[in-house]
Amino acid sequence: MTAIDPDVRNQAASASRIWWAQTRSELLLTLRRGESVLLTFLIPMVVLGFFSTIDVLPYGDGTAVEFLFPGVLALAVMSTAFVSTAIATGFERQMGVLKRLGATPLTRPQLLWAKTASIVIIEALQVVVLVIQGLLLGFHFGGADLGLAFLATALGTIAFAGLGLLMAGALPALTTLAAANGVYLLLLLLSGMLFPVDELPGALQVFSEVLPSGALAEIYRGTLGDAAVTGRAWMVLAAWAVLAPAAAARTFRWE
Amino acid sequence: MPAIEVDDLSITFGTTVAVDHLSFSADLGEVLAVLGPNGAGKTSTVETLEGYRRPSDGRVRVLGLDPVADHAALMPDIGVMLQAGGVSPGTRPAEALRTYASFFADPEDPDELLDRVGLRGVRRSTWRNLSGGEQQRLSLALALVGRPRVAFLDEPTNSVDVQGRQLIRSIVRDLAHDGACVVLTTHDLAEAEKVADRVVIIDHGRLVVAGTPRDLMDATGSDEILFGATAGLDVTSLAEALGAPVREVSPGEYRVEAEPTPATVARLTGWLADHDQPLADLRAGRQRLEDVFVRLTRESAGATVEGDDRSVRARRGGRGRRAARR
Repeated sequence: MTAIDPDVRNQAASASRIWWAQTRSELLLTLRRGESVLLTFLIPMVVLGFFSTIDVLPYGDGTAVEFLFPGVLALAVMSTAFVSTAIATGFERQMGVLKRLGATPLTRPQLLWAKTASIVIIEALQVVVLVIQGLLLGFHFGGADLGLAFLATALGTIAFAGLGLLMAGALPALTTLAAANGVYLLLLLLSGMLFPVDELPGALQVFSEVLPSGALAEIYRGTLGDAAVTGRAWMVLAAWAVLAPAAAARTFRWE
Repeated sequence: MPAIEVDDLSITFGTTVAVDHLSFSADLGEVLAVLGPNGAGKTSTVETLEGYRRPSDGRVRVLGLDPVADHAALMPDIGVMLQAGGVSPGTRPAEALRTYASFFADPEDPDELLDRVGLRGVRRSTWRNLSGGEQQRLSLALALVGRPRVAFLDEPTNSVDVQGRQLIRSIVRDLAHDGACVVLTTHDLAEAEKVADRVVIIDHGRLVVAGTPRDLMDATGSDEILFGATAGLDVTSLAEALGAPVREVSPGEYRVEAEPTPATVARLTGWLADHDQPLADLRAGRQRLEDVFVRLTRESAGATVEGDDRSVRARRGGRGRRAARR
């Protein structure tokens, strides 16, 4: 140790260095958690592989993979931005990790940006893996509009991460763990990710039409394949992307 | 300019007063121990200095800055060790230190620091696999990695083994020697006596006394003799022999309310000899910090310090003060 000069103040590292150090740490921890890898990589891949090759769900005229691939991409975004974020942040809050970081030069916006970057990088890895798998299973990128698909991914990520933080910032960690998995399953079944929404009873259809997951799946189906996208899907997704983070920002408790 | 200033600080949680018009300060190059029973307001006070909570009344300054309003400017200069937790269970010591080091422009070398706190052997274990003492050592290292000018250590030796305690003590002394101000809270009085330059004792959120351990031990309570012996001595018979009241303050610890004159001490040892009772220790005049602490907090609270089970129970039952902790 060297002696301290009472007249010189310590300095924080540059904002970009702080941000990257935290991003790296978030990524390492996410990839090290077995249940998070299961949730974000294995489950979407198994869903895509299983239902594309085994004909048990009603897909009408097209091949199964044409319907499933966009839905599973939406599932992948949901599992990373919502479930994984909610569970990890819930436990970090409970274990004082967020509190401890609050007494370092890492600012709260830097922490949020680090979490965002970590989510985006994991999503990119998921997309690479799923696109390879989708192509092998015979998915055809129709009149693909990648720009709109990226926009939808951004809106979906913001909406789901907002929901995840809303949950993690208000509920005890174990409740968040259970609730996030429960909501995940509910959204998986009701959002037209696995099968068309019009297979559902009428009342459930109305409900599923306002879910962010269904909207994201519908937009992917239109922008990556040949299906039609309704303006309603964009409006639903945009509304969630505004409301969920706003609610999280209002209610989030750091310890 | 003092390194830390607590000026007429009050903190209330709803109707509970956790800290009540508390004032003290500490300088760079100094180790300040904040002592008090559980629920005395130690953690609330330190958390206000760390910028985690706003004073309900009064003000605090760290290096002349307001920890809440000047948060960003202050953070590079402070190091914090929370009472528990603070690290994700999957994190490895070497990684955690490297990440934290990257937050500062001129950090300590993470590997050197790992060596210094004795964690080289477990550098690749995850936090959840570290022992309680190893977790404390890592928390300390994380507090030091930014070369803090003010370090806040909340119960740093909690659940640490004997070697760990000695190591942490020597690190704390080194920090102060290099010019940092170290504020540590503890209820381990031997700890405070060994490591602190100055001590403030608080109870019920109020300042009981402040000074160097030596001052406190010299200046107070020279009209009593404290001694240790077998539990359950006949204090009535002893009181008669000494001509002064005797009380067994805790099993095997006795207090004689008499000036420690050579004659009284001789009568005490004579009585013990007559009853064939070995003397464990005898403190007359200059006392251990623990004795001072027990007496002062007893005076301020009408009860004695924790560690004496009966009094702790009485206090918990009687006042419902536990709610004041957070």
